[in-house]
Amino acid sequence: MTGYMRVAQAVISREFLRFIHQRERFLAALVRPLVWLLVFAAGFRAALGLSIMPPYETYITYETYVVPGLCAMVLLFNGMQSSLSLVYDRETGSMRILLTSPFPRWWLLMTRLFGATIISVIQVYAFLAIAAMFGIDMPPLGYVAVLPGLVLGGMMLGSLGLVLSSVIRQLENFAGVMNFVIFPMFFLSSALYPLWKMAESSPLLKEICALNPFTHAVELIRFLLYLKMDWLALAVVVGSTVVLSALAVWAYDPSRGLMFRKV
Amino acid sequence: MEFGLTVRDLSFRYGRKLALDSVSFDVPRGSFTALLGPNGAGKSTLVALLTRLLVSREGSIVVAGHDLARAPRRSLAALGVVFQQPTLDLDLTVRQNLFYFAALHGLSRRDASVRIDRSLDRLGMRERAGEKVRALNGGHRRRMELARALLHEPSVLMLDEPTVGLDAAARRAITGHVHDLADQGVSVLWTTHLTDEVEDSDQLLVLHKGRIVASGQTGEVRGGQDLQDWFLARTEEAA
Repeated sequence: MTGYMRVAQAVISREFLRFIHQRERFLAALVRPLVWLLVFAAGFRAALGLSIMPPYETYITYETYVVPGLCAMVLLFNGMQSSLSLVYDRETGSMRILLTSPFPRWWLLMTRLFGATIISVIQVYAFLAIAAMFGIDMPPLGYVAVLPGLVLGGMMLGSLGLVLSSVIRQLENFAGVMNFVIFPMFFLSSALYPLWKMAESSPLLKEICALNPFTHAVELIRFLLYLKMDWLALAVVVGSTVVLSALAVWAYDPSRGLMFRKV
Repeated sequence: MEFGLTVRDLSFRYGRKLALDSVSFDVPRGSFTALLGPNGAGKSTLVALLTRLLVSREGSIVVAGHDLARAPRRSLAALGVVFQQPTLDLDLTVRQNLFYFAALHGLSRRDASVRIDRSLDRLGMRERAGEKVRALNGGHRRRMELARALLHEPSVLMLDEPTVGLDAAARRAITGHVHDLADQGVSVLWTTHLTDEVEDSDQLLVLHKGRIVASGQTGEVRGGQDLQDWFLARTEEAA
């Protein structure tokens, strides 16, 4: 095994160990989408009539509609939480240990990102399993097909978190991330309502939703769950991941000095 | 290679504020070099630059013969660091922490395992390897961080105020241990603001307001004066 793989393995297994030690975090990550699914969606079922639209071939319940959006929500929250923990790592110093490894910084950051993504994906599957127990299930093969979409979506949102972590100075600013990143991204997307529904009330908002990369992550997951492919969504998610992770590596470049600069 | 660490004309600015002003010094091979400076002298900035957490365009840093800017991988591989902030994962065990670090330096599991056992034996902490770091006291944590910094057998060891928050016994133990390491050939740079950690045979650098204001062998430099008095006079005079 080369040194690169050893580094990757160590960083990823550290993420696992931390995950195992933080059961509350896991529970919170699970309870959040379940509340949306079992309370919010049930309440909204009557209010929102859905027509037949791709990838669905029959009428579906609102609960079925929101499942992909809630999968993406798990990825979104975890991506941001992971950025929060990076800020924490920086304050406690374990980020220093990671970054003084002789291996290239982009490799260190990308393995960290990948490790965090795997943890998120596990949580998505736990959510899907519970949803299935409540009778909200997908085609069996869809659970397999969605895996690459979840990994890609997780990488995209995780790299957004990395970029944010390079500009957030202190832990307290997480409330700001909630207000200015998580909520707008989530509500201005196709997670809770299809875009044509949004267009009925505001064409402008619909355009904003269509530009939101999070919408495309949701749609990619939605189509893959039904064994179909949304090529536009795939292109946007891959493109955003590349741009955001390049930006993160740039922001963490020591000669830019964004990282360990005193305020 | 005569010097473990060579710094030439190193300057660094935070925005318009000059934190380091054309700093030059050497850490002779196998020496214990104490970098003494009051709070705010620029020690932390210097440490960040030496570990490549920050990069400056002015000046050069050579670690064990490798230029940090041109060959960062080889320079960092030759450098062991103990940071001022605690950098252990409190929820992981002693052994897990050490394995994580060894892998970050590309060591194989088997190789790391041998080295970890050896260093735990040296610290008399073998039986605590399975305990979470959270259960260790401050002195033990620091010794562990020192052991960790040595796992990849660096030829240069840098410690940034490593005794902060330790009691007198732990302080003496770690200071003594690092002096032994220097005797064994490791080039040590030890930053501190406490004069009682510096021995007469150590090399001394005094950093004040981002400049090196004195350097040489401690015994000669202080010239019969008490080191504490000499240091205070020196840093007040330059102020």
